[in-house]
Amino acid sequence: MDILKQTWNLFKKEITLEWRSKYAFNGILLYVVSTVFICYIAFNLNPGFKGSQGYPIVWNVLFWIIMLFASVNAIAKSFMQESKSRLLYYYSIASPQAIILSKTLYNVLLMSLISTLALMVYLLFFNNKIGDSLYYFFTVLLGSISFSTIFTMISAIASKAGNNGTLMAILSFPVIIPVILVLIKLSKNAMDGIARNFSYSNIAVLLAINTIVIATSIILFPFLWRD
Amino acid sequence: MKIIYKTWWKILTVILLLYTLIAGFLLGVPHLPILHETIRNTYFHVPMWIAMFTVFIISVIYSIKYLNTGNEKYDLIAVECVNTGTFFYVLGLITGMMWAKYTWGEFWSNDPKQNSAAIAFLLYCAYAVLRNSIDEEQKRAKISAIYNIFAFPIMVVLIMILPRLTDSLHPGNGGNPAFGKLDMDNRMRMVLYPAFIGWSLMAIWIASLRYRIRLIEYKKNEID
Repeated sequence: MDILKQTWNLFKKEITLEWRSKYAFNGILLYVVSTVFICYIAFNLNPGFKGSQGYPIVWNVLFWIIMLFASVNAIAKSFMQESKSRLLYYYSIASPQAIILSKTLYNVLLMSLISTLALMVYLLFFNNKIGDSLYYFFTVLLGSISFSTIFTMISAIASKAGNNGTLMAILSFPVIIPVILVLIKLSKNAMDGIARNFSYSNIAVLLAINTIVIATSIILFPFLWRD
Repeated sequence: MKIIYKTWWKILTVILLLYTLIAGFLLGVPHLPILHETIRNTYFHVPMWIAMFTVFIISVIYSIKYLNTGNEKYDLIAVECVNTGTFFYVLGLITGMMWAKYTWGEFWSNDPKQNSAAIAFLLYCAYAVLRNSIDEEQKRAKISAIYNIFAFPIMVVLIMILPRLTDSLHPGNGGNPAFGKLDMDNRMRMVLYPAFIGWSLMAIWIASLRYRIRLIEYKKNEID
């Protein structure tokens, strides 16, 4: 019970801090919107693209690639912004499991909000017919949860190893590739409006990967934070 | 730990490997369409992965031991096991690619099994990069141990689980037959299982030699 209470308090603290500055949220939102806009302009340089056969496929893949880079940028900061002395203070008052859980929860919330808004902006610029919109939205939420759990753990490792962006990318991409493959498949099914029960095995894989990542990060983080 | 200094299991390794080499090329195999004699690749391709898994599992065990005790030797064992495992990983990929050329038509045919094996290979390349990025020895040992434990289950998901869910040409995936189903008979098992043990022991032998060299270097660098 103690861990849950600590997690909840730390989670509230993360939200309060973010609410005061709104830096991460606004920054990433602006990043996503400008990326979408750049893609919009770049693709419109080629007339006739919109009506072409490959448009829905590019539409789907492009969205996930934008989300991937947005979430790397958003979550890479989660351990960097903390100063060393503040981290020391957390460790003296809370258990390490509570710290990693609260960070993960906070990132899940942040990424879900950002990806919902990003999907809206994306649909505004690139309109496309989605067969099963509710299911597509569900896939996007599932994707932001998976990105958050994986990147939180990786950013904890990368922050201990010199905090550079290269390391974050190298460490996270092998883990994220299977996730993004499953997500693209899943969202393609939703876009084509294929019956939902065809995608259950893919959802199971995503949930399994998330469970493994959360379990390993809870087990391993206590060893990681000690310096 | 004393066992790596014993001789009997090294002799056993040599005998087993000689047996699998001779028996693998000379004993009869079932005649199947498309596969024909390439079925003998089972004796060389699959044991590479088994050997890789053996040393990777040992390295995860020693990473856990390192995190619990902080003994530097355990870190050296884990690193050398990962290095040896990566070597067998490459061998497994190459033997698979050669077989794929003769049965599927291409060295690399965008098959899910091949792709996820390549992605999982990146995981262990990242391990090497991560180790090089940290200078401080104890910190390096700790963080790479954590990453090693983190990477192993993901590698298992990538190689063993994901390809089974999609249509892969690889035997044992996507509804294709593999061990114990259609194309395997007892003659093959007589060679295959000794090959598993032989190559696993070979991998452990290589890893133990590398570990001993590392240990000597480590002791040489120590301040008296």
